[in-house]
Amino acid sequence: MNVLRFISQNRGQVLELTLEHLWLVGLSTLFAIAIGIPLGIVIAHRPRLKGPVLASANIIQTIPSLALFGFLLPLPWLGERADRLAILALTLYALLPIIRNTFTGIRGIDAAVLEAGRGMGLTESQLLFQVELPLAVSTILSGVRVAIVISVGLATIAAAIGAGGLGEFIFRGLSMVDNNVILAGAIPAAILALFADAAIGWLERRLQPR
Amino acid sequence: MPPDPAIEFRRVSYKIDGAQVLSDFSLEIASGETLVLLGRSGSGKTTTLKLVNRLIIPTSGEIRINGLANSEADVIRLRRGIGYVIQEVGLFPHFTVERNIGLVPSISGWPADRTQDRVRELLQLVGLAPETALRYPHQLSGGQRQRIGVARALAADPPILLMDEPFGALDPLTRDELQREFQALQQKLRKTVLFVTHDLREALRLGSRIALMESGKLVTVLSPQKFVRSDDPLASAYIKAFGESLESANGGRP
Repeated sequence: MNVLRFISQNRGQVLELTLEHLWLVGLSTLFAIAIGIPLGIVIAHRPRLKGPVLASANIIQTIPSLALFGFLLPLPWLGERADRLAILALTLYALLPIIRNTFTGIRGIDAAVLEAGRGMGLTESQLLFQVELPLAVSTILSGVRVAIVISVGLATIAAAIGAGGLGEFIFRGLSMVDNNVILAGAIPAAILALFADAAIGWLERRLQPR
Repeated sequence: MPPDPAIEFRRVSYKIDGAQVLSDFSLEIASGETLVLLGRSGSGKTTTLKLVNRLIIPTSGEIRINGLANSEADVIRLRRGIGYVIQEVGLFPHFTVERNIGLVPSISGWPADRTQDRVRELLQLVGLAPETALRYPHQLSGGQRQRIGVARALAADPPILLMDEPFGALDPLTRDELQREFQALQQKLRKTVLFVTHDLREALRLGSRIALMESGKLVTVLSPQKFVRSDDPLASAYIKAFGESLESANGGRP
């Protein structure tokens, strides 16, 4: 159990890198939610925008993460600090599952419910906030859950551009050919992913419409 | 001067993607009557209904509500003043029965206690126990759900009700029950009702007049008494089809 010994000997640094990791994932997820949910709502109501928006988010997903970090490097202000770059890249990756699930959640609502709501005289915003979003919320959250789990893994690669996070241990371990150091990054990252997954899963069940 | 009809269609046409769904449709519905739109699927009945609360905008012509063109009115206020009941009911699955029924009153700014009293009154009116208020739609039977649908449409006491095959998805016995209850309710409330069905029996039972439609056109408007004796070919085809079903069940005896 050399890994555990290594972790406990370096617990200060493990904690610091874990917090950095959380910062990268947390902030990028918040940005992705703030952009992705409104975009998902828009394409659910304007079918013509659906193709272009989903295609763009899809293309971003196909760019290898290391390459994306490289592409973003020349950007002004963002390129100055590695953590800004990492947050931007992670935000872009998290968009697709959030946009897609928001779209699917809203489009999946029984047409009769929306027709009745409209026929009764709900305004479009009352329909959105009182009917569509509450009924789509668990689908939207499962998109957020996927986004977070992907981000926790991807954020380890951000260490390659010096953004910090648990990837530091992984890259250091790779160069030292020391599995214990690699695991000191990988294990806390896996625990973070599992924990986030369970937490959002719990929220999802709490908010599930009947 | 006679009073304005509650609903009036003036030479209304509706076309979508090159298909003429409704052509040159004119009809007056008097206040307090139950006018049934009868026709097969695709004849334009539902379109006609949705034109009234502007879920559909006509290509030409106009619809007047109490003498005022409905295109002039604020669409949200127009809809809140017209009850709308559809076959699939469309209850909000995440709301209790109470919130479903009380939604229009509460978004129209009624105080909470008045809405609550109204919900209780309506549950009684449609024959449901007061405890139903706290249940969710998925906990109810089809007949109970449609009773809630009717109660919800009546919540803000609108003078006009639009009903699109409201009892069409129910089993025959429940349908019969709800039709009877609707008749009793209508005796009491005297709403102006525009009722869509393809079921002749229902049309004869509930309608004060029957407007027969076929491929987007109004064929004829008759009282139920005159409808059964009509020599209009389409009307008699309905009567014949209906009679034959009774006859065959009766072993050939009429």
